[in-house]
Amino acid sequence: MDFFNQDLTSLHADLVAKKISAAELTQATFDNMAKTDAKVDAFLNLNADAALKNAQAIDAKGINVDNLLAGIPVGVKDNIVTKGLTTTAASKMLENFVPVYNATVVDKMLANDMVIVGKTNMDEFAMGGSTENSAFKVTKNPWDVSRVPGGSSGGSAVAVASGQVPVAYGSDTGGSIRQPASFNGIVGMKPTYGRVSRWGLIAFGSSLDQIGPMTRTVKDNAAALNLIAGNDVHDGTSSKREVPDFTAGLTGDIKGMKIALPKEYMGDGIDPKVREVIKNAVKQFEDLGATVEEVSLPHSRYGVSAYYIIASSEASSNLQRFDGIRYGFRAQDVKNLEDVYVRSRSEGFGDEVKRRIMLGTFSLSAGYYDAYFHKAGQVRTMIIDDFNKVFNDYDLIIGPTAPTPAFKIGDEISDPVTMYMNDVLTIPVNLAGLPGMSIPAGLADGMPVGLQLIGKSFDESTLYKAGYAFEQATDFHQATPDLGGTN
Amino acid sequence: MAEERINAEQVKHVAELAKLEFTPDQLDMFTGQLEKIIGMFEELSKVDTTGVPVTSQVNDRRNALRDDVAVQSNQRQALLANAPETAEGLIRVPTIIDESGDGE
Amino acid sequence: MNFVTTIGLEVHVELKTNSKIFSPSPVQFGAEPNANTNVIDWGYPGVLPTANKGVVEAGIKAATALHAEIEQETYFDRKNYFYPDNPKAYQITQHEKPIAHDGWLEIEVDGQKKKIGIEEMHIEEDAGKNTHASTHSYVDLNRQGTPLIEIVSKPDISSPAEAYAYCEALRQRIQFTGVSDVKMEEGSMRVDVNISIRPAGSDTYGVKTEMKNLNSFNYVKKSLEYEEQRQQRVLMSGGQVQQETRRFDETTGKTILMRVKEGSDDYRYFPEPDIPVVEISDDWINDVKATIPEMPGSRRNRYVNDFGLTPYDAGVLTQTKEMSDFFDATVAQGADPKLTSNYLQGDVNAFLNENKVDLQDTKLTPENLAGMIKMISDETISSKIAKKVFKAIMAGSDPVKWVNDKGLVQLSDPAQLQPIIDNVLENNQQSIDDFKNGKDRAVGFLVGQIMKQTHGKANPKVVNKLLMASLQAR
Ligand SMILES: [Mg+2]
Ligand SMILES: [Zn+2]
Repeated sequence: MDFFNQDLTSLHADLVAKKISAAELTQATFDNMAKTDAKVDAFLNLNADAALKNAQAIDAKGINVDNLLAGIPVGVKDNIVTKGLTTTAASKMLENFVPVYNATVVDKMLANDMVIVGKTNMDEFAMGGSTENSAFKVTKNPWDVSRVPGGSSGGSAVAVASGQVPVAYGSDTGGSIRQPASFNGIVGMKPTYGRVSRWGLIAFGSSLDQIGPMTRTVKDNAAALNLIAGNDVHDGTSSKREVPDFTAGLTGDIKGMKIALPKEYMGDGIDPKVREVIKNAVKQFEDLGATVEEVSLPHSRYGVSAYYIIASSEASSNLQRFDGIRYGFRAQDVKNLEDVYVRSRSEGFGDEVKRRIMLGTFSLSAGYYDAYFHKAGQVRTMIIDDFNKVFNDYDLIIGPTAPTPAFKIGDEISDPVTMYMNDVLTIPVNLAGLPGMSIPAGLADGMPVGLQLIGKSFDESTLYKAGYAFEQATDFHQATPDLGGTN
Repeated sequence: MAEERINAEQVKHVAELAKLEFTPDQLDMFTGQLEKIIGMFEELSKVDTTGVPVTSQVNDRRNALRDDVAVQSNQRQALLANAPETAEGLIRVPTIIDESGDGE
Repeated sequence: MNFVTTIGLEVHVELKTNSKIFSPSPVQFGAEPNANTNVIDWGYPGVLPTANKGVVEAGIKAATALHAEIEQETYFDRKNYFYPDNPKAYQITQHEKPIAHDGWLEIEVDGQKKKIGIEEMHIEEDAGKNTHASTHSYVDLNRQGTPLIEIVSKPDISSPAEAYAYCEALRQRIQFTGVSDVKMEEGSMRVDVNISIRPAGSDTYGVKTEMKNLNSFNYVKKSLEYEEQRQQRVLMSGGQVQQETRRFDETTGKTILMRVKEGSDDYRYFPEPDIPVVEISDDWINDVKATIPEMPGSRRNRYVNDFGLTPYDAGVLTQTKEMSDFFDATVAQGADPKLTSNYLQGDVNAFLNENKVDLQDTKLTPENLAGMIKMISDETISSKIAKKVFKAIMAGSDPVKWVNDKGLVQLSDPAQLQPIIDNVLENNQQSIDDFKNGKDRAVGFLVGQIMKQTHGKANPKVVNKLLMASLQAR
């Protein structure tokens, strides 16, 4: 079976009514994956034996009627560590790496009876926006397999968009959940920084990274965030705020909601067809009784530069631990310690990762720190101030998630600056630590276009509420890609 | 635009700090790309940031401190098993010649 | 030509906490290799550090002992460098906003007192340990993450003797806070020194050389003395001192060039994103201060003023916190301060030296020492018996019980002693005659006989009094 026509609520009802067992659902998932994933390459590594065993144990225990996610198959991005299950971050550096502990989110999935069916492909160490930077395979967009799925959580997005799983988890440092969600016509949430524990997420940009859910519907997404949110003693940056039930308040009623549309998000750099889709979305919100007004985020245009300095600097430090000494790849025939370091790292990392390490090392190095790292930190403050000003008067900001729909595989990979500009609309959200969500808003030339909703800190509820109302009023989320053949 | 922002020598120096090495072709490629990306970064110099504080964290925590309680992980064997080379419970590496790496 | 010497010291002190600074692994000296490690200590993919509250509080205590100003908001930075004992390839330390700054220590050299400024004090993690063999090196990460405080002096130290005194004063004050044992031999205090000289009258510092990880105060002094003279020779012969790191060779007493510094190292410091800012309120500081043990100066005053000890004795007793605490605890049990001081400096110290152990590693307790001293004071035991009791309490025995069990309570009751004395006199007419003839030695002999009959338990004072009276009466 595929997951095109059932959401978590109906799957849960079937599981509770024993129309299907968790084991049967898991087996059906793997059967479908065998056909579907051959076309899109969303998964790096399947967890077949353990998943079936887990599903049987869940059946034996009985499906918890209060838990929408009990017995549900889930895909996990391969930068989230899974004890005993190879975790590579799509890097040769960790090709055979078997973690000895679970990420907190993985512990929560298991404790809540989710069935982890496999690890999804991604750009190496989450660096990229097309999943072409994987050391192992290129994931294809199910809407057009000659196009990229976006990235870096391209595998998770495609696993959901191609109907292989109803839920997958990704990570988002500069747009890595929202942009592939946009490219694949699904719902992707980057929660507020600190909403979800980062313990066990292989760090890229530590002050920016968040794990979040990718689903076909808003309500499914809210349920999937409920499951992983909350304070964790292992992560000092995880918030101690109470976690609301994100599925509550999904009424479809958003009358009186005050929505801001930044003019910078509708400017020249945005594909006119994308702008058109967003304009229609604005109208839809107005029809639902919300007010939408133009605002300005004057420093958002500097976000890309600030982000690539900050994220790369943090990454250059985070990735120094991959040195060939305690775990992971070590180069062959090394003569001395310097060889272990230099050759293991030079052979183990791909080009994009090296580029970011070089950028970050440069930005932090003596003589350049003030002009780059320090300056970027100041610009970050100004970007945050821009958001704060808007949120004094508005409940929500909307705009496109990405400037274009999915581009062709191979088109941008050789031009880093163009590739980096893809993140211009998602990056400011990470810099400010805000929640951001992409939901399907229509098609442009047959390819999905995502609408981005940006909320106040820790106000994911408003995003879900608005997203749900939009989804109920439209049918874009019901569109599915045609993968040909039996799908 | 005309002035050189980063040259091959600097790229080599940065690579040394990062423990990476490049072939001459790679050095050319990375130098060109870094030149272009750092060129993009130059736009930040247009922003007047006088007196603006730096943001380096966006978490909502203060004093996220753990009580001083020891926990024995019992992970020693599993950790050693993942290491490329070990001997008698120790991690083995080719001889360290340069003692100066110790930063403290 | 006359030269002025400028010395700066960076001292690392390992803190005695239960767990590591950024991971809950135990802090413990001498465990099996890598036994006290976890995924955090190994810098595994996906791990995060969490800061130990106890380390921040130890930092507050140490800063207080160093009269330093504590920062209201402090945070951590990353210092990036590759080394096998540094698993993340960055050390989490404090660079921009150390926990404390601007402190001072008072030192005394040749009777002259001087204040040495402290630039800053920060908290950071220690690295693991590398050992080197011919073809391979071996890494033990047990020490990785052990909390350290690093204390950086101002360049106020102007002689090797002052450097020595600074180390002593620092060690003593830190030790009295209780945050560290400060054991040089276990590497829990390590000293980096730098030294430069300049011609008297010149107001620009000379080029400095540095020596790292010195593990005895004597080496600190000797290496600085050697370096001071070497630099003088270089300058006198028209040469220039190079900025370099040198190593002190303990066998020759000379310093040897390790490497010349070209510019400064590029550690690419930046704020640690994984650990939120630490705010230190006045209330918190006051709460922590209230738990800091009494400092040595105050203890010395108390010993002299309240207990009537000499300043010298007070000084000896406060050389280590261990000894001073032991003294206070013994006196608190009711032991005479003077006698306690004598025992600690005499027999106890001799025992420690002989057996090469620390006070805390012996079986002696303040209760037992006080028990013995009280029996001496109230004449329950003789000083002769006390020698035996001392051996027993060093072996862990309760002195009162031991003395009772062995029946060694001193005989002071004249009713019990008089018959014994009478008996001895009856059997030693010769001695009585000798006494009458003015031979005082006879008394000694008679006392000896009485002691023999009482197995040494007779109270010598009472015996003497009774004996003299009996002799006069005869
Ligand atoms: Mg230092
Ligand atoms: Zn240090």
